Amino acid sequence: MSYQFSSQSVARLDKLLEMFPDKRSVILPGLYLLQKERGFVDREGMEALADKIGSPISLAQVYGVATFYTLYNKKPVGKYHIQICGTSSCYMRGNDKLEKHICSRLGIELGETTPDKKFTLEEVECLGACGYAPMVQINDAYYENLTFEKMDEILKDLT
Amino acid sequence: MAEMKILTKFIDDPRSNELEFYESVHGYDGMKKALSIAPEEIIEIVKKSGLRGRGGAGFPTGLKWSFIPKDIPKPKYLICNADEGEPGTFKDRKLIENLPHQIIEGMVIGAKAIGANKGFFYIRGEFNKGIDSMQKAIDEAYAKGYLGKNILGSGFDFDLVLYAGAGAYICGEETALINSLEGRRGHPRLKPPFPAVSGLYRCPTVVNNVETFSTVPHILDKGADWYSKIGTEKSPGTRLFSVSGHVKRPGVYEIELGTPLLELVNDLCGGMLDDVPLKAVIPGGSSVPILTAEECKTANMDFESMAAHKTMLGSGAVIVIGEGTDLVETTYRFARFYAHESCGQCTPCREGTHWVRDLLHKIREGEGTSADLDLILSLARNMEGGTTICPLSDACVGAVRPTILKFKHEFEARLKDKAGKEEQIPAQTGV
Repeated sequence: MSYQFSSQSVARLDKLLEMFPDKRSVILPGLYLLQKERGFVDREGMEALADKIGSPISLAQVYGVATFYTLYNKKPVGKYHIQICGTSSCYMRGNDKLEKHICSRLGIELGETTPDKKFTLEEVECLGACGYAPMVQINDAYYENLTFEKMDEILKDLT
Repeated sequence: MAEMKILTKFIDDPRSNELEFYESVHGYDGMKKALSIAPEEIIEIVKKSGLRGRGGAGFPTGLKWSFIPKDIPKPKYLICNADEGEPGTFKDRKLIENLPHQIIEGMVIGAKAIGANKGFFYIRGEFNKGIDSMQKAIDEAYAKGYLGKNILGSGFDFDLVLYAGAGAYICGEETALINSLEGRRGHPRLKPPFPAVSGLYRCPTVVNNVETFSTVPHILDKGADWYSKIGTEKSPGTRLFSVSGHVKRPGVYEIELGTPLLELVNDLCGGMLDDVPLKAVIPGGSSVPILTAEECKTANMDFESMAAHKTMLGSGAVIVIGEGTDLVETTYRFARFYAHESCGQCTPCREGTHWVRDLLHKIREGEGTSADLDLILSLARNMEGGTTICPLSDACVGAVRPTILKFKHEFEARLKDKAGKEEQIPAQTGV
């Protein structure tokens, strides 16, 4: 059985299809909608998106776009997706130490998800918050100027 | 010294993102003026102001607008590049979150100048707060008649659509951004044709940075002469610099172009963190050549002074590095960034960035030899100067080679069994 978008998402996709001179442009926002519904982008969902956009857009084209961009999760992540910036400006303000601290708090390595599926921790490239380092992004929000204590509080609040 | 706030004068006001507040501080006055004059006149004003693009390359904005052909029956498009992502750079985000109407105003002016009736705000997908702030401002502008059909009865139509990127740094390159907007992988396109002739949906297109659009309303409002008197002769105006690294007060500062680099670091940013001595500064984002502490003494924040120091203002990101910082590690992390973000189209970039990263990793782990250092320099020569479609490969070279050359002793100190290996493996420079 193929994936069915919610009626709300279908309405949004219909609106998006009117907004662009070429309907192919709907692939990126469409993938966001899919991820919002599913938590990640999977084959069935991408197939449904390709069908919704219609010819000449194929699953292969949607898949090709999804795999190019890092913000689309190609596999499920925990309820809280912690992304720590690993680029040099953040490194200079101690992101490597913060990273180790989070790993030990959650009992996981980088790239892993806690057994209760609550947290996934990943190191990512520049998040554009270099002046407020070290920082993490958790789901949609940025947490900046972090210390071990602040990080512990944030994790505690999410548990 | 103090900041010279033009674009950011009201940025710290808690209501700065609201339409009503923006209007109360002469917001949309520049747009009203632009709507009352001819497109050629707008372009002439921007040209005369001397404004150079704030995204990185520093191309004159008025000239860019004048490249749009007037007699083509195709639609024309205007794009705001808000896909900020170069390590060290975080200035646009502040403008997007706090002063979205200033950007919209600049875009309407630009659209009128080039005759575009549709525009896109391409924003980095991670900037969720900015996405909300901008969408709210767009909705407000529509409700007030500043966007849409027949803007303020001027007969000019302009629709603006917000479009979120999805985490690809390369999409900050204008042709990759255009591909991304068309729903494709963010692969840069060969130029020519330039976007001004064949851009989005193969139509004439202008892409400008957030800060560039934010500057335009002030130029229209106060005049080209007023603007061109600020800054230096070839670098007029103010510029936003995002300062990160080892300073007491990192953040975004707006200063007059031509200000000495050390004044920015010592006065505005409060000097070095923990009062450690300055070791080096990367003055324009990770892709530009590093300056030693000695070079910083004579460097000014303008296009000419940076060129004289064989570096660039780039994206306006100042990364301040204190004594005691491991430059092998920071250089490795920069190389890792470029390897991760290479789109993979061109061999010198796809292979080169990964190879440079791996060699730096080897050196960082104490497993490298002097031949590895030579190989990095050899690879760098093959990764730059037009061997690739876009400058990402050159950017990687800019982040790596000057640091190795200027701080060679640090890299050499990490090499393993230096003397013995050198005899066995011949140096590979000059390939």
